[in-house]
Amino acid sequence: MSLHINHVTKKFGDFTAVNELNITIPEKQMFGLLGANGAGKTTTFRMILGLLTPTEGEITWNGKGIDYSTSSIIGYLPEERGLYPKLKVREQLLYLARLRGMSKNDAFTELQHWLERFKIPEYLDKKVEDLSKGNQQKIQLIASVIHKPELLILDEPFSGLDPVNVEMLKQAVIDLRDKGTTIVFSSHRMEHVEEMCEHLCIMHRGAPVAAGKLKDIKRSFGKKNIVIKADFNLDFLNEYPGVVKTKITTEGRILQITGEDVAEKILQDLVPRGFVRKFELEEPSLNDIFIEKVGAAYE
Amino acid sequence: MNKFWIVFAHTYLTKIKSKSFIITTAVMLVLIFGLSNVTKIIDYFDDNEKEKVAVIDQTGAYFELFKNTAETMNKELTVQAVPNEKEAEKQVSDEEIIGYLLISEDSNGEVKGVYKANEISNTEVSAGLSTTLNQLKLQKVKTELNLTDEQIEALNAPAVFETVALKESAKTEEDLNQARGLVYILLFVIYFSVLMYSSMIATEVATEKSSRVMEILISSIPPIQQMFAKILGVALLNFTQILLFLGLGYVSVKQNLSELNDGFFSVFGFGSIQPSILVYAVIFVLLGYLLYATLAACLGSIVSRVEDVQSMIMPMTTLIIIAFLIAMSGLSNPGAGYVTVTSFIPFFSPMIMFLRVGMLEVPFWQVLTSILILIGTIGLLAIIGARIYRGGVLMYGSSKSFKDIKEALKMSKHS
Repeated sequence: MSLHINHVTKKFGDFTAVNELNITIPEKQMFGLLGANGAGKTTTFRMILGLLTPTEGEITWNGKGIDYSTSSIIGYLPEERGLYPKLKVREQLLYLARLRGMSKNDAFTELQHWLERFKIPEYLDKKVEDLSKGNQQKIQLIASVIHKPELLILDEPFSGLDPVNVEMLKQAVIDLRDKGTTIVFSSHRMEHVEEMCEHLCIMHRGAPVAAGKLKDIKRSFGKKNIVIKADFNLDFLNEYPGVVKTKITTEGRILQITGEDVAEKILQDLVPRGFVRKFELEEPSLNDIFIEKVGAAYE
Repeated sequence: MNKFWIVFAHTYLTKIKSKSFIITTAVMLVLIFGLSNVTKIIDYFDDNEKEKVAVIDQTGAYFELFKNTAETMNKELTVQAVPNEKEAEKQVSDEEIIGYLLISEDSNGEVKGVYKANEISNTEVSAGLSTTLNQLKLQKVKTELNLTDEQIEALNAPAVFETVALKESAKTEEDLNQARGLVYILLFVIYFSVLMYSSMIATEVATEKSSRVMEILISSIPPIQQMFAKILGVALLNFTQILLFLGLGYVSVKQNLSELNDGFFSVFGFGSIQPSILVYAVIFVLLGYLLYATLAACLGSIVSRVEDVQSMIMPMTTLIIIAFLIAMSGLSNPGAGYVTVTSFIPFFSPMIMFLRVGMLEVPFWQVLTSILILIGTIGLLAIIGARIYRGGVLMYGSSKSFKDIKEALKMSKHS
């Protein structure tokens, strides 16, 4: 029970939207797909859903191809939110749920449950166009999960929401994962991915530039950060071998270094010079990795 | 339930419950009811007060006779004598009478009448007066020339004129008149169904696209199934509406039929409707609708914004209007060459072949050929259309030109 994206390439004429994407998304996990705008995330999702056919390679869920016969086990939240503006929440969601193979009664029970959970049961008979954007997004999320899909695809699920609603939706998505749903989601927000995903893939211009477990990606990235706070002049660190980047703060500096051995040397050099208030070796943030990978690929 | 039927039922039920549908249908129903009861309504509003007309008889010989004849002819008219014009004018301005007639004789002894009133738009009164005066003149001439009643009758009787079709299968004059009325009404039905409902489909598709709900829909159900479920859902809506209209029209006309049978309505052929014409009407309404609806669905799938729908379907609307105009001019001359030719051209044939079968005896093979060409075109359009639709719904942009059809076809190859 896992999603295999097997050496997939998608070309539109001369333009290559996705190039040699090869990832395996294990079941009951949350998988993050990162990338700048136009990196090929939405095209990848559309291929997973079977809306577009890969030029090369194949995508399988559970060893089988994905087509309309499997649409009842797949949920999709498109990046461009879309609902019928003139329809009531009830009509809308029951219709979409039935198109995903649910019976009317089951769909209604689920719908009530989800509206309760998002604290908006009073919107059952309101038209979608009368709801606020955040509430529309909740309805949209319900539309993608109401039929209890095995595989859930979320394209930018938390964009444009206030922090309270982000937390509410995030918790709902995490609960779904804990109940056994395999989730693929894309986001620009590194902290969400860092917090929620164990596996991820960073795409740039259609090609994966980093993929795998979050821990492994961080480890293989090699570079680490040290945070230093000291009472004496730190200028000697300016041209220090192994220091890649320097950021000067009010009380000291944050250095990006090539590896742990550099940290050791710096510490040894620091101690004889005076009192060190803080010396901390940090894992790189996903944000650092993303900027590095995607930024580097620009050059 | 099959997804096709879910979309079908959803399309039908949401549309039939929509305010715009209920309002249009209600307005049309009131209109139909009003038209079919038009005489009753006129009677209802007509006050039964008698209209008074004054006569100034300068000859002094006609008044009694005139009064009798005019009042018998128009029961709502009262004729009274007035000595002079001054008095008559005063009565008109006091609204005691609606007008007055000046009867005089010229030097040759010819009777002459001048009718004066505030408003001369009511021709019913003046026409009655004129006829009466004619009668008087006839009487006068008759006495002068010593003619008998038989001689007068012989003078007035028109020549006998009959038209006889030589071909045995050709329709008789009476049949033709009946058919013309029925064809006329059914042509309107075809015209409005195609025009209204095909643009409804285009708008519907464009709305789903612009509200981006399309992306969820096409990940649940194949675009082709979705497209045809929608087309048929709207078709059922169309039939519901037509049934309502025709049903009410039929019932209320039937009710008034006894009094109207000899008048205006017998021209429309309600007396005896041939079942074969109705069968053809259903076939051609259905095929014409399918043809244009499929085209409309494709066009709707190309635009990204609802506002662009109208300009996109303009060429299609023009085709429908041209077909309608040809059909209308063909009503008086259904045998014309251009009518025969256009009755085989798919975008015109639903209306024009129907016109021909309604008005003429068309060989069956011709009707069949036309229907087959139509079905073939629908099939072809459905195949191409489904591909355009498939590609079009994934395309977003400022698209509103026909170049986008090519783009959409290209896009559909990817899916």
